[in-house]
Amino acid sequence: MKSTRLLLLLAALSVVAVCSCSGDAPDTGVVLQRGIPSDPESLDQHKARSTQAAEVLRDIGEGLVAHSPTGELVPAAAERWNISADGRTYTFYLREEARWSNGDKVKAGHFVFGLRRLVAPATGAFYANMLEAVVNAPEIVAGELPADALGVEALDDWTLVLELARPTPYLLSLLTHPSTFPLHPAMVAEYGDRFARPGKLLSNGAYVLDARVPGSLIALRRNEHYWNNADTALDGINYHVIVQDTAELNRYRAGELHITSTVPPDNFVGLQAQFGSELRVAPYLGVYYYGYNLRRPPFKGNVELREALSMAVDREQLANKILGRGEIAALSWVPPGVASYEPTVFSFASLAKHERETLARRLYKEAGYSDAKPLKIELRYNTSDTNKKIAVAVQSMWRDVLGVETTLINEEFQVLLSNMRDAEITQVFRSSWVGDYNDAHTFLSVLQAGSAANMPRYANDEYESLMERAANQVDPERRKLYLEEAERVMLADHPVIPLYFYVSKHLVSPEVRGWGDNVLDYHYSQHLSLSAAE
Amino acid sequence: MLRYTLLRVLGAIPTLLLVIILAFLMVHAAPGGPFDDERVLPADVEANIARAYNLDEPLPKQLLRYLGGLVQGDLGPSYRYRDHTVSELIGAAFPLSLKLGAMAMALAIVVGVSAGTVAALKQGTYVDRLVMAFSMTGISIPVFVVAPILVLFLAVKLQWLPAGWSSSAGISRMMLPVITLALPQIAYIARLTRASMIDVLGRDFIRTARAQGLGTMTVVRLHALKPAMLPVLSYMGPAIAAILTGSVVVEEIFGIPGLGQFFVRGALNRDYTLVLGIVVFYAALIVFLNLVVDVLYGAIDPRVRYR
Repeated sequence: MKSTRLLLLLAALSVVAVCSCSGDAPDTGVVLQRGIPSDPESLDQHKARSTQAAEVLRDIGEGLVAHSPTGELVPAAAERWNISADGRTYTFYLREEARWSNGDKVKAGHFVFGLRRLVAPATGAFYANMLEAVVNAPEIVAGELPADALGVEALDDWTLVLELARPTPYLLSLLTHPSTFPLHPAMVAEYGDRFARPGKLLSNGAYVLDARVPGSLIALRRNEHYWNNADTALDGINYHVIVQDTAELNRYRAGELHITSTVPPDNFVGLQAQFGSELRVAPYLGVYYYGYNLRRPPFKGNVELREALSMAVDREQLANKILGRGEIAALSWVPPGVASYEPTVFSFASLAKHERETLARRLYKEAGYSDAKPLKIELRYNTSDTNKKIAVAVQSMWRDVLGVETTLINEEFQVLLSNMRDAEITQVFRSSWVGDYNDAHTFLSVLQAGSAANMPRYANDEYESLMERAANQVDPERRKLYLEEAERVMLADHPVIPLYFYVSKHLVSPEVRGWGDNVLDYHYSQHLSLSAAE
Repeated sequence: MLRYTLLRVLGAIPTLLLVIILAFLMVHAAPGGPFDDERVLPADVEANIARAYNLDEPLPKQLLRYLGGLVQGDLGPSYRYRDHTVSELIGAAFPLSLKLGAMAMALAIVVGVSAGTVAALKQGTYVDRLVMAFSMTGISIPVFVVAPILVLFLAVKLQWLPAGWSSSAGISRMMLPVITLALPQIAYIARLTRASMIDVLGRDFIRTARAQGLGTMTVVRLHALKPAMLPVLSYMGPAIAAILTGSVVVEEIFGIPGLGQFFVRGALNRDYTLVLGIVVFYAALIVFLNLVVDVLYGAIDPRVRYR
């Protein structure tokens, strides 16, 4: 009887079975195969959030300004622009030949429409504060003013004016972000919030969305109406969602991918030997750091202790021995390579290792700890092999130099985030920050008192006033000095232990032409082409 | 008959409701939310997002909203895959998981039974020892070890099969995942078949059949196979369960956008609606299949209807 029951169960299962008909990627023409580590959450530029989504959106859309392969700002949908003497009025002159993927002209009004939707509270856009420098933007996000009060105006179909509340020298960088791209009002009128689908999504970039398999594939094909279609070499791009770096490496090895999103962290030397110049490693605008919870003892009001722990960490060893993939030891908060900025480094940066350690021990004593009464702390990190290696190394450095007893606690990412936000039980925690645009402000603003990302809960009036003066400064040289001074003030307070600066790591097939390394790790597909390897 | 079916359908509703409410409370009890990230959002922006996705409402209201949608067959929008509804995601993912599971099951039965039978017939020879050694390894080595090894040899070194899910590779992309998923089951079924076949081959009726002058193949095919299959059939239930849970791992390794992968990601991303949707779907599927089986039983055996 039992076996009959199971046979019937199997029969029922097979009745439910239907053929799977997933949208298959077109393979016509020259198609680039790219790896992407997670499925972009949305191709609606205002519902999107991740760097992966931004990467795809930069292929299908085009903002006023874009980047060259090596990361310089270049005109895109705007042919040229004027900036007023006070730095508060930006006038953009659009390309009259720019077209949407259905052939419609890209007009200034479409930018106004897109930017208003970005700040409108009902949209729930993740980057709603991207343009907080624009007149009335913060009030609109807060629901105090209607979206059409935004300081953006279309003088005619080809002239767009942005009015700023304060000079924002990095505004052009912000305008490369997909959240500031134009939107076709007719598309939103027809499909509402559900336009980001193949066949519905109208785009003004070099490519158009062709097919999408959730969790697996995003296929783009050439936008025949794109104004620079003649210079676009590739007919299609397939973004393959591959979560595991080893799986991605295997697919690259098997010749299924032209470009990987990263490489596995282990055996980097082996990869270098095997792939040679195919392995591209470049500095990246990101910092990996440990934060202190400044709201609770033992770190609250104890700058000596914070400095001692920071000084006792041998960052060179972390970057070169533990990681060894080209990462740069972090002796500042802002990474090197940021445009028109010279990062300030820790005061102990010039000391030799043994001098740092002697000084660290002295500060540790001054803070009231000793071998007889060692500091006992908890270090929290989100579960990952790299995080664990770093934590174990730092734990042993603190023990060897100072005698600190560190308990390592690994937590699921969401749990760690929630603990960091509460700032109740955390003591030292792992986090990171990746720049949104190429300016020191994207890093320094994180530690401002009003910033939601200020996990250590750092607050210093001098820092705030320097940041404020930089924000109102038109002269780039003086602004740079204020920002650098702000970083110096903040570093002296030791709210964080910056450990290392990230690098971008890709395998790029010899067939790929036009690849350029840049600190933002942006690689527009329209700059790339494929040719048979020599 | 109709009354019986209706009663069974009504009886399933409280079960499903209980599953939904428990799952709802459990996903919301996990720390963090679907939109938490290292890049913390400003308070205003966060409030706007919560409102846009109805996450600012009190939990009971959210539950009622969810149940209200469910009654109309709407599983809600996914918080993580914001361009898709949960129904769309399940609709795209389930056929893949089902296909993967069905193919693995078929492969496991065909290969496992054949190997087991051969081993039983050649009992004590090197063939037997080879099959048993293989099946011992198959049972002992977990899927997440087997998969990369298979990929390394069959895809990277020999380049016979694609290394992962690539949407233009046709049926060949199913091969490695199916083999990986089937291996432990092949091993188990081969052992079961061998033991049971040896037992059956020693019975009197087999000796009688042989005495009648039938060849070995005919004896096995006509007389031994059926009774020897009974333990294998009983194992089908656990095997289906093993393949369902195994597919979560295999889908993750090969990057197959099936239900298992969405379930894991959904849980990690706190994608409440997606996790709930898949739980509801699995629960409904199991309830439905059991119902179908019971109704079929009723059709075959009239005694059930009057019990």
